[in-house]
Amino acid sequence: MSGTAAGVEARLPIRSDLDLVWVRQHVRQAAATLGFGLVEQTKLVTAASELARNTLVYGGGGELRAVPLTDGRAQGLRLVFSDSGPGIPDVEQALRDGYTSGGGLGMGLGGARRLVHEFAIDSTPGAGTTVTVTSWAARTPRPREEP
Amino acid sequence: MRSEAVPEHDAAAPQASPTDEVGAFLNRRREQIAQRWADEPLFRAVFTVSRDEAVEAGRSVVDALAQVAASGRVEDSDSAGFTVVREQLARMTAARSRSGMSTAQVSGEVDALRAPVVNLLVADLPDVPAERLRESTEALTVLMGTLRLVVMETALTEVQSLIDRQQMQLLEVATPIIRLWDGIVAVPLIGTLDSARSQVVMETLLEAVVDQQARYAILDITGVPTVDSLVAQHLMKTVAAVRLMGAECVVSGIRPAIAQTIVHLGLDLGTVITRAGLADALAYALHGLGADIVHATPGGAGHR
Repeated sequence: MSGTAAGVEARLPIRSDLDLVWVRQHVRQAAATLGFGLVEQTKLVTAASELARNTLVYGGGGELRAVPLTDGRAQGLRLVFSDSGPGIPDVEQALRDGYTSGGGLGMGLGGARRLVHEFAIDSTPGAGTTVTVTSWAARTPRPREEP
Repeated sequence: MRSEAVPEHDAAAPQASPTDEVGAFLNRRREQIAQRWADEPLFRAVFTVSRDEAVEAGRSVVDALAQVAASGRVEDSDSAGFTVVREQLARMTAARSRSGMSTAQVSGEVDALRAPVVNLLVADLPDVPAERLRESTEALTVLMGTLRLVVMETALTEVQSLIDRQQMQLLEVATPIIRLWDGIVAVPLIGTLDSARSQVVMETLLEAVVDQQARYAILDITGVPTVDSLVAQHLMKTVAAVRLMGAECVVSGIRPAIAQTIVHLGLDLGTVITRAGLADALAYALHGLGADIVHATPGGAGHR
């Protein structure tokens, strides 16, 4: 049963740790509304948590735009995280596991890419970073879905 | 409090400004206003013990309004005159909120105080020209609107401080340490494990390890909805710190969806001992202590 897309579309500010809680809750709720299974929900929420924290910590704050998508009978959720921070000089390096310019584990960006179906990053040094991720609910055959 | 410089009810005093006129009126009719307000829901419902209390509370609000009117800044919610009644107003609105009223309803009750006092003003100035009466009424209406704003401001401040207190409480309450067995302590983690909370968890857990002389500490994350790399990092740091204290740490309550997510995220929890459920973790710890659980047999308890 897939619900309506009402309440999925949103613009959420990412300015503090408290906003991260809102982001996670909204993404979880939106994914559930669009008919995502529990595992897909958890993966998408976790990816959103990583990316929102990057937006806050490295981008100096920004916003999340959530957009519901429809492709035939499949419903999807697109999340766009944007900031106007310092940007990422070397995107390839940033995506590599274990690389961090802060104090984290360096798994956030690369990990988030593995948790979603589509991943795009657009960064201009000095102008900001935009990360766009998309996941689809109940897409058959489901990719990367081990028992 | 009463200003002698303001002429008493004198139509032949054109120099008095509308706000002065309102101030003089409030001082003059202080008792009647307080009496009428005591019958309004806002006062009547808060001061239930005796009517005198309600009247007394009404007097102090009238005094505050008179002081604000005398200062001439009837539209300023930061006027010094309001300072003395702010606490009283906060208590009154808090009492109304507790009885289940919405902010809009409380605001409506404050607004209901306006009509009696405006009616009194009109009745009190029968001889003044219509233009001056209109100006005075307007000044009084603005003043009552400002009172409403002050009440709402204090209510908001109350709510904010309540939220702050509850956040502090959450930090404390959400991290109980449970002694499961001699030498085994457990922390059931619930909700968001942000940096502030993980710090509290680590501190209380390390203290418990010392106090209880624990050899095993179990972190149960059944109630943690999202495990991302930061939460995992906090967990690993806690595990490492517990290990430094000479105890062993087991993370339990890893649900299937969380396990898959951790794998996709690429997190390596290989150094951490994990178990699916709290019971498994307890069994592991008991085994480590040499206290295996055996099933009692009908013929009497015995080792397998």
